[in-house]
Amino acid sequence: MISIDELVGAHPFAAGLSDEHLALMAGCAQNVALDAGTMLCAEGESADTFYLVRRGHVSIEVHQAGRGPIVIETVGPGGAVGWSWLVAPYRWTFDARALEPVGALAIDGACLRAKSFEDATLGFALLSCVTQELLERLQATRVRLLDLYGETRA
Amino acid sequence: MLSATELGAPRSGLTPLLYRVVARRSDTADVTTLWLESLDGSRLSFRSGQFNMLSAFGVGEIAVSISASPCDSGPLRHTVRDVGSVSHALCSSDVGDVIGVRGPFGTDWGVTGNATPNDTVIVAGGIGLAPLRGAVEELVAARREGAGQVFVLVGAREPDQLVFLDDLAVWEKAGAVVLSTVDRSAPGWSGHVGLVTTLLSNAGFDAHHCRVLICGPEVMMRFTARALIDLGVDPASIWVSLERNMQCGLGWCGHCQLGPLLLCRDGPVVGYLEASVLMNERER
Repeated sequence: MISIDELVGAHPFAAGLSDEHLALMAGCAQNVALDAGTMLCAEGESADTFYLVRRGHVSIEVHQAGRGPIVIETVGPGGAVGWSWLVAPYRWTFDARALEPVGALAIDGACLRAKSFEDATLGFALLSCVTQELLERLQATRVRLLDLYGETRA
Repeated sequence: MLSATELGAPRSGLTPLLYRVVARRSDTADVTTLWLESLDGSRLSFRSGQFNMLSAFGVGEIAVSISASPCDSGPLRHTVRDVGSVSHALCSSDVGDVIGVRGPFGTDWGVTGNATPNDTVIVAGGIGLAPLRGAVEELVAARREGAGQVFVLVGAREPDQLVFLDDLAVWEKAGAVVLSTVDRSAPGWSGHVGLVTTLLSNAGFDAHHCRVLICGPEVMMRFTARALIDLGVDPASIWVSLERNMQCGLGWCGHCQLGPLLLCRDGPVVGYLEASVLMNERER
């Protein structure tokens, strides 16, 4: 059976973490299976747990009155759901929903924050992981904002 | 109606042949597919990725990729996006109308008669699937005979701008891996939302032994190619389709020049190693 340490270590989010930091992170992690439709987090709620997706897809959504949920982005295997756990006031900005059966690592953000306050090297390493994820998502969002497909060939 | 040849016009690459619209389909609000048959009964021989110059008589002429497959026995097929006066006239053509066709011109995707046991990844943005459609048809047919797996990754702005949905279903049923994504969701859309590059890492192709064909806006092609290289794809195995102001189609007029290339003749399909330098060149 694969240990939680190995599962955390195998996830792209944690690439570059030292064995020591992986062990600290794994101590706050839990392997979870989520049914389709399960809400991983909801806008405005306390950001206690974030997810590293291993299988399946999760939609990042915002609810709009009269239109229902609007999907902003889909996160698949290898992606991370949520970074509000790292920054005060630790509150989710969007909803996240399992689009299909999802296998993920649920990470206790409060636990990881507490460890980061004790060990600044862990805090910096985690910040690097989140920044990498943020950078990729920000770049993709910027490209989407260009409305590229309005200009393609005839 | 008499053809240009019957009328005594010289046959050259500059003389359009007359084709009749035998069928049309509105793919999206601004994209139309036309099926065309020549008035003189001739059949156009072409390779996937090439383009024709289409004339709306009295309006003008534009370059439009061939969206038919060389395997097709039926009419010639072009998919046109309504973005200007000529494309508007072509999109407005009714069944029975006659348009001019010159071509085929340019380089192709290199899939005809070039079956490989390796994976082939097709990445299309928006109507960029049109120039790739023939190649996918050929690759899916070759797959049935033992060639490598075919991955078709498609991005569009919104769900109602995804084109060739019937083809995507047929290719998937034939065994191809078909993934689509949109930049902006819409109520009722349960599919993937995100840039087309987000489909790459989980698609399942062998990044170290594959060839990749990309067509879409140049920014999308640049980002896609970089993401593929990050995954381990050999840049020499990536091809892109470039377009500039194609006019003569013969490399004579120079309107489509991009660096050392005349894209109507040396393109539109260009290897990424060569294209990457040119795509990063700031035009003045």
